[in-house]
Amino acid sequence: MTARGLGLRLSVLLGLIAAWQVAATLAASPALWPPFTTVAGRLWEAWITDPAAWVESIAPSLGRLLAGWAGAAVVGIAAGTLIGLNRTVRDYLDPAMAFLRAIPPPVLLPLFIVLLGIGDAMKAALIGFGAVWPILLNTADGVGSVEPLHRDTARAFRVPRWTVLWRIVLPSAAPRIFAGLRLAMGIAVILMVIAEMVATLDGVGFELVQAQRSFRMVDVWATILLLGLMGYGLNAALALVERRVLGWHRGATATAT
Amino acid sequence: MPLAPVARGAAGLAALFLLLEAITRAELVNPVYLPPASTVVATAARLLLDPVFLASVGGTLVAWGLGLAAAAVVAVPLGLLLGASRRAHAATAAAIELLRPIPSVALIPLAILLLGRGIDMRVALVAYAATWPLLFNTVYGAHAVDPVALEMARAYGLGRWAVARHVAFPSALPFVLTGLRISAAIALILAISTELIAGGGAGLGTWMLSSSQTGVPRELLYAGIVVAGLLGLVIDRLMLVAERRLVAWHPRLRAA
Repeated sequence: MTARGLGLRLSVLLGLIAAWQVAATLAASPALWPPFTTVAGRLWEAWITDPAAWVESIAPSLGRLLAGWAGAAVVGIAAGTLIGLNRTVRDYLDPAMAFLRAIPPPVLLPLFIVLLGIGDAMKAALIGFGAVWPILLNTADGVGSVEPLHRDTARAFRVPRWTVLWRIVLPSAAPRIFAGLRLAMGIAVILMVIAEMVATLDGVGFELVQAQRSFRMVDVWATILLLGLMGYGLNAALALVERRVLGWHRGATATAT
Repeated sequence: MPLAPVARGAAGLAALFLLLEAITRAELVNPVYLPPASTVVATAARLLLDPVFLASVGGTLVAWGLGLAAAAVVAVPLGLLLGASRRAHAATAAAIELLRPIPSVALIPLAILLLGRGIDMRVALVAYAATWPLLFNTVYGAHAVDPVALEMARAYGLGRWAVARHVAFPSALPFVLTGLRISAAIALILAISTELIAGGGAGLGTWMLSSSQTGVPRELLYAGIVVAGLLGLVIDRLMLVAERRLVAWHPRLRAA
């Protein structure tokens, strides 16, 4: 990328940061509107370079997030494959799934607390419940729209069913499955934060609420930036995996961005 | 004889209900905390006639509707602009890539401190969360405009504005409407979440917060969950119907 191109790409971002800095300086009420440099400094010293913050907050949060997301991936891909391959199963489950999917996951918090307590299992379950739907539906669509010629060829050659599933159906559904996994990651981050805000004693979401309750505005801003960085990092990591796994696929470069 | 899809769907719903009923009747969890599914459904039916409860649902829907409308006013024109101009797209790319991953619920504490706990705080958060799917779908739709149609419109001497109005916008519309439907679901999540965390004001989340206090029968809380699910379902279906009607002419839907 040329220097000019890079300058253009960063222009709005840098403009926004500059506007924040100037507006905060003019407002001159650092308690409510801290300047960007103050917030970035706090993010650096209280989160990124503080090993205790990594161990006590970031690690538990990431653990819950990944446990819920991975559980959603396993259940979503398995159930999605079953539903995508079998029209009858889909007919039976469609309305029930439509109802369950329509429940905004945060309202399930009180129910999950009754069933599972306020521990990590409850949070992972809530995250998993919210994140499973895009994976399940994308898998079902991807599995259902396998090139008929490929399937017929496999049948003509009497390829065993499991081999068809592993070698033809799942690979051709893989781009859709990854699209679902990416959507699910965004939902998982949201639910992790909300679960930690309502019921927990550690984690990034908990620290955020603590900062708000004690009116530590700089910490509120810094924690929000941290959560943005976490979301960004998780997306980037997933995109990397996707590019590796789907390297053979024609549309991989287009879907990986 | 094989069942029709509708009958199969009804059987599936009935099976889900019976499963929940069996689990709750088995009393693995104290029934005070987990009442039978049939009690919850009956309570939900009763709630739908309760004016106080309906006022809470109305409160949530007001924040939801205003936030979604604000998001549409910002995201659709911006999306069309970013879809049409390569330079604008490049200039905003880095800012959007860094803003988008910020989870919307993380802004609730900030919004409470800056805007208080009133309706404007809720609308602002709903609007922020609802902006992203709308924006990305609109950009995608604007990119998907048939270049031949664009060339032709230009060849016939249509101005920039006329091209946008008669060619670009209609052909991006199906994508905009899909984005709106996704945004509507996210907006509902945010509207209820802000109420659950911030409390204050009439809303389904606030209502659930007060029903989750000790001493209040649990079935009320769970009936609230059922109603929230129904609300999400009705919104989704209405949007889908509107989508089909508005863009029935579009090849993507005509083919289906």
